[in-house]
Amino acid sequence: MNIAVNSIAASPASQTASESAATDLIRIEGVSKIFPASRNSAAVAALDGIDLTAPRGSITAIIGRSGAGKSTLIRLVNGLEKPTNGRVIVDGTDVAQLSEAKLRTIRRSIGMIFQHFNLLSSRTVFDNVALPLEIAGVSRRDIEAKVTPLLDLVGLADKRSRYPAELSGGQKQRVGIARALSTEPKLLLSDEATSALDPETTQSVLDLLARINRELGLTILLITHEMEVVKGIADNVAVIDGGRIVEAGSTFDVFSAPVHATTKVLLSGVPGMQLPDYVASRLSPTASPESATVLRIIFTGPHATDPILSQLSAELGIAVNILGGAVDEIAGKPFGTLFVSFPGDQSRVESVREFLRRQGLSTEVLGHVS
Amino acid sequence: MSPEMIWLIIRATGQTLHMVAVATVIGSLIGIPLGVFLATSGKGELFAAPITNKVLGAVVNATRSTPFIILVVAIIPFTRLVAGTSIGTNAAIVPLTIATIPFVARLIESAIREVDPGLIETARSMGASPLQIVWKVLMAEARPGITLALTLTIVSLIGYSAMVGAVGGGGLGDLGIRYGYQRFMPDVMLAVVIVLIVLVQAIQSSGDWLARRFDKRVRSR
Repeated sequence: MNIAVNSIAASPASQTASESAATDLIRIEGVSKIFPASRNSAAVAALDGIDLTAPRGSITAIIGRSGAGKSTLIRLVNGLEKPTNGRVIVDGTDVAQLSEAKLRTIRRSIGMIFQHFNLLSSRTVFDNVALPLEIAGVSRRDIEAKVTPLLDLVGLADKRSRYPAELSGGQKQRVGIARALSTEPKLLLSDEATSALDPETTQSVLDLLARINRELGLTILLITHEMEVVKGIADNVAVIDGGRIVEAGSTFDVFSAPVHATTKVLLSGVPGMQLPDYVASRLSPTASPESATVLRIIFTGPHATDPILSQLSAELGIAVNILGGAVDEIAGKPFGTLFVSFPGDQSRVESVREFLRRQGLSTEVLGHVS
Repeated sequence: MSPEMIWLIIRATGQTLHMVAVATVIGSLIGIPLGVFLATSGKGELFAAPITNKVLGAVVNATRSTPFIILVVAIIPFTRLVAGTSIGTNAAIVPLTIATIPFVARLIESAIREVDPGLIETARSMGASPLQIVWKVLMAEARPGITLALTLTIVSLIGYSAMVGAVGGGGLGDLGIRYGYQRFMPDVMLAVVIVLIVLVQAIQSSGDWLARRFDKRVRSR
């Protein structure tokens, strides 16, 4: 298991931050956003009573299906969208109350990256990264001094005079990241930044974001529909569905014990989260005399590597059939799920669950197969 | 062809270029900002002013739907006010410019609308003011389209300028009609047409070349 790589995601800042609400960089309170009715559509509530916090120095992910309201939500933070109700407090200021002129100043301290990179095709890599500085009125000499180290940081120093059309998707997003960092923001908003990238490039961009978070202490708020992104780098996650946050907490807690149906559906693509099809299709909610019980065992923390099943067989004398499972990492912590089945009545099931509970493992009865 | 005839053709070419150049410059100075405004003042856009947008759009359409030769005679009082006379090359520049403004405005509007709206949002997220967005994003990104729009404007103006003979504007078109047609001099007609073809070719090719140079959207290697 490769703990070292992912342990960076659980930055110390996120632990200290949860101690006090004052350390939250973003605090969204009771926010609703209603798009008024137009000629061809009824009024739409894109967001409905959202409460969300993002601790300083943390990586917070908002995950949801398309149309769940995540784009609207992230745009509230830099005032590109105004809430109908509620407060959007960024670093102590309610941005929902600010005039457009004041917002322009605030936006210079909030970087943003986009799914389709949104680079200017007419500008070179260097000039794209320089754009926010030009907008802020920084002198040409200071721009040079700021942009060059950023190109080094994202590994594109040799591409400074190239145009975006000459770059790969991953390189374009690196330019986007360098550009977002050029005004030395305290917050980075990521709008599906890896959704247009292949898995390998996604990983390298995520590694870069995690490094920026760690080395620059930058708070990152990201929206995504990809569980892999959340699992890879987010300290905290909020699941949004139909304009409401249906589940939120530390990434590890939400992933290891998903409660809401939407979360479970989103997680179903992640290895070990779903029962193999051949079992799922035969699963029945009621037991019969000759059926076997299907159990999901969730291994978290240090137990993930213990030989639990052989102990179970030895102590209770039960033949356990392994149906599937996976060992994975979430936010740098080992996490395993195992689907097993074993014959026996209700009391047998209870004794197995009790045994596993004593080992510190949680279990879930999924049904019965015959 | 007599040397006098050749001299006439050279002089007419000079008049055409003079009229087209002045109309292009003044027409663009007014037409480009107008086009940018038309492209950015719709509902929910950068300089949202939907009513002004609709009114200006209607004025632009009205001017564009007036046949040029009618525009030339219809605005003679205005021409006299501006140029001090209603005949001659300088007087001809006035209707040419008036016709150029809405023409340029519509072409610039569509060139600006070609720019990805995501870039406007991106610039807003950086804290750019609307004017900075126009200047650093819209105009910069639309540069190839604007170049082609202005090329098309110049070529069309050469065509329009043939009609200003009606008010004594001179130029190649006027020469072709008066000598080539009315005086039965087919060689003059042919020479005028050849000069026009060469002019238009040269302008279109330079415009295309410049637009390609500005266009960084395609891989250059």
